[in-house]
Amino acid sequence: MNQNYHDHQIKEPVGWLDKPEAVRRFFFAIYLICGVLLVAEFFLISAENAHPHPLEESVRFLVYPMYGFISFWFLVLVAKPMRKLLIRSEDYYERGSDDAE
Amino acid sequence: MLSSLPPFVLFFVGAVVIAFTRGTARKVLILAIPLVGGLNLWFGVEPGLHLQFDLIGYTLTPYRADKLSLLFGYLFHLAAFLGFVYALHLGDGTPEGSVAGEVGEDDIVGNASAGLQHVAAMVYAGSALGAVFAGDFITLFIFWELLAISSVFLVWARKSERSYATGFRYLIIHVISGVLLLSGALMLAHETGSIEFGHVGLVGTGAAGWILLLSFGIKAGFPLLHNWITEAYPESTPTGTVFLSAFTTKVAVYALARSFVGTDVLIYIGTAMTFFPIFYAVLENDLRRVLGYSMINQIGFMVAGIGIGTGMAVNGAVAHAFADVIFKGLLFMSMGAVMTMTGRTKGTDLGGIYKTMPFTAGLCIVGASAISAFPLFSAFVTKSMIMVAAIEEHHYIVWLFMLFASAGVLEHAGIKIPFFSFFAHDSGIRAKEPPRNMLIAMSIGAVLCVLIGVFPTQFYTLLPYEMDYHPYDLRHVVTQLQLLAFGALGFITLVKSGVYPDEKRAIHVDAEWLYRKAGPWLAGTVGRAVTRVDVYVRSSVLEFVGSIMHGAERTHGPVGPLAKSWPTGSMVLWVAILLVAYLLFYL
Repeated sequence: MNQNYHDHQIKEPVGWLDKPEAVRRFFFAIYLICGVLLVAEFFLISAENAHPHPLEESVRFLVYPMYGFISFWFLVLVAKPMRKLLIRSEDYYERGSDDAE
Repeated sequence: MLSSLPPFVLFFVGAVVIAFTRGTARKVLILAIPLVGGLNLWFGVEPGLHLQFDLIGYTLTPYRADKLSLLFGYLFHLAAFLGFVYALHLGDGTPEGSVAGEVGEDDIVGNASAGLQHVAAMVYAGSALGAVFAGDFITLFIFWELLAISSVFLVWARKSERSYATGFRYLIIHVISGVLLLSGALMLAHETGSIEFGHVGLVGTGAAGWILLLSFGIKAGFPLLHNWITEAYPESTPTGTVFLSAFTTKVAVYALARSFVGTDVLIYIGTAMTFFPIFYAVLENDLRRVLGYSMINQIGFMVAGIGIGTGMAVNGAVAHAFADVIFKGLLFMSMGAVMTMTGRTKGTDLGGIYKTMPFTAGLCIVGASAISAFPLFSAFVTKSMIMVAAIEEHHYIVWLFMLFASAGVLEHAGIKIPFFSFFAHDSGIRAKEPPRNMLIAMSIGAVLCVLIGVFPTQFYTLLPYEMDYHPYDLRHVVTQLQLLAFGALGFITLVKSGVYPDEKRAIHVDAEWLYRKAGPWLAGTVGRAVTRVDVYVRSSVLEFVGSIMHGAERTHGPVGPLAKSWPTGSMVLWVAILLVAYLLFYL
C-alpha cells in the first residue's frame, strides 16, 4: 500500500500532502510528540493513580505506549489472515444462492 | 399545554403536516419541530408520570419522565435537529460542484425521495422519543415496531435494487425483535402481573428475561445479531444513514439501561462487541460500513458499562451513548457529504479530496478525534467512566480488551476514515464542498464534541446517578495520549513497512452469510432432498396402486375370468350335481 501513496502523480491543485517536505514534517511532528510523551512518563511516577490496574503495577513503565503500539500491529497481523478466509467479490451475494462457499 | 403532551405527539403531527407541505414551509417546519420540542422538554418537563391510564386490566404509561429518559429525550431532539439541518437541501436538486452523477447512479443523494425521507425521519425520531418515555412494555412495543417501520423507508429511499433487498431483511430482523419483545413482556406480565417497563434482569424472571434481553440485543447489535447495522447503514441515502445511526441502537441501549443494569452477561457481550468489529473495520472498503462496525464497537462499551452496573458505569454508558450520537453522527455526516458530492464511499475510489473539500475534511477529523477519545474531546470524558468502573469492580481482563478496542477505534475511525476518504492517494476527484446546511450541521456536531470534552462537569449533571469523577488528571491525560500517539506510530510503521493491508474492491463475509448464503443454500438443499424423496414415494405408491389396478383388471376386466357371464344350462347342471351329491351323502 505504501508505494501507492508515494508514487502517484501529483494532480492539480497541489495540496500540502503532495510536497514530500510537508509529509516529512508531519511524520517528524508525530515522532516528536511520541518523544515528549515518553519523557512525560517520568512525571507519572509521582502522580497519584486512583484506579491502578494490575498491569500497571506489574510492568510499571511505558505500559500505555507499548500497549498502543503492539495493539495496532496485533490488530493488523490478525486481520490480514482473516481477509484470506473472508474476502469475496463485491457481487458475492447477488450471484444467487446455489453455493455456500 | 405542550409539556403535558408526550414528546412523540409533536413529531407525529408534524410528520402529517410536512407530508402536505413543500419548499420553505417544510424546511421551517422540520427545523422548528425538534427545536420547539427540545426546548419544551428542557424547560417545561419535570420528572414524573405525566400520562397514565388503565386498559383491559393493565396500566399503560405512555409518558414517564425521569433523569434517564430525559437525558435520552434531550439527545433525540438534538439528533433530530442536527439530522434535519443536514437534510435541509433534499429536494433542491443536485448540489453545485457535485460529481456524483459520474458514477452512474441517477439519484445517489436521494433527492427524488426528499419528502419520503423527511416524513420517515420525523416519524422515526418521534418513535424513538415514544420508546424512551414509555413507562410500560406495551407502549414500548408499539414504538419499537414503529421505529422499524419508519426507518426502513430511509433505507428504501436510496431506490436501488440492493437497498430494497437490504430494507426487507432489515425490516424482518426488527419485526422479529418486536415479536420477541411482546412475547417476553406478556410472559413477564403472566408471572408478575405487571407490564411496567422497569428493571427485569435475568434472576427470577425465567424465560421472559432472556427473551426480552434477546429482543433488546437484536436492536443493540449483539454479536451474531449485528449485521442489520453493517448491511443497512451503507445502503441508505447520505441523510438517511445519519438518522439511522442516531436512534435505533440508542433506544436499545436505553432499554438495556432501564431493564438489565448489573446483568453480568452484558459485561462479556459488550466486551465482545468492542473487540470483534475492529478487525472487520481494518479490512472493509466501504467507509460507511467501517462506521457501522465502529458503531457496534462503541455500543459494546455501553453494553459492558450497563453490565458492570455501578452508578459510574451506567453513567458512563449513557453519557457515551449521548456522545456517540454526536460524534458518530458527525462522522456519518462527513461520509454522507463525501457521498453526496462524489457519489463514492469506498476507500479504493476516494483520496485527495481534502484539496477541494477542506472544511469537510477538518470536521471529519474533529469527529475522528472525538471518537478516538483524545483529551478535550467528548469520548475522553465519557468512555473513561466505563473503563474506571471496570477496574473498580476488578474486571481486569475486560479492561485489557477494552483498552485494545480503544486503540482499535483510533485505527479505523480515527485514522482510516479521514485518511482513506480525504488524504491517501489522489483519486483525481475534484468535488466541491457540500451544501451549506450540511456544513452547518457538521459544525454544530463538531462544536458539541469539543464542548462536552472541555466542560464535562456541566454535562455530568444531566446523568442519572450521583458520582464523583474527574476525567482530567495528569495520569489519565498522559496515558491516553501515550496510547493514541504510539498507536499512530504503529500505523505509520505498518504503512511504511508495507504490512498494512491494501483497500480492495471486495466484501468480507460476516454473520450475514448465515442468512444470505447458508440459509438459502440449506433451504435449497433440503428442498431438493425433500423433492427427491417426494418423487420416489409418489412413484412407488403409484407403481403399487398401478399393479393392484392391473391385477384387478386382469381378473375383473372385460376379459377377466371373474367377469365372464355363465350360461344358465351350466348353472342348472351344477345345481343338479350338488343335489345328487347331497342325496348320496344323506342317504
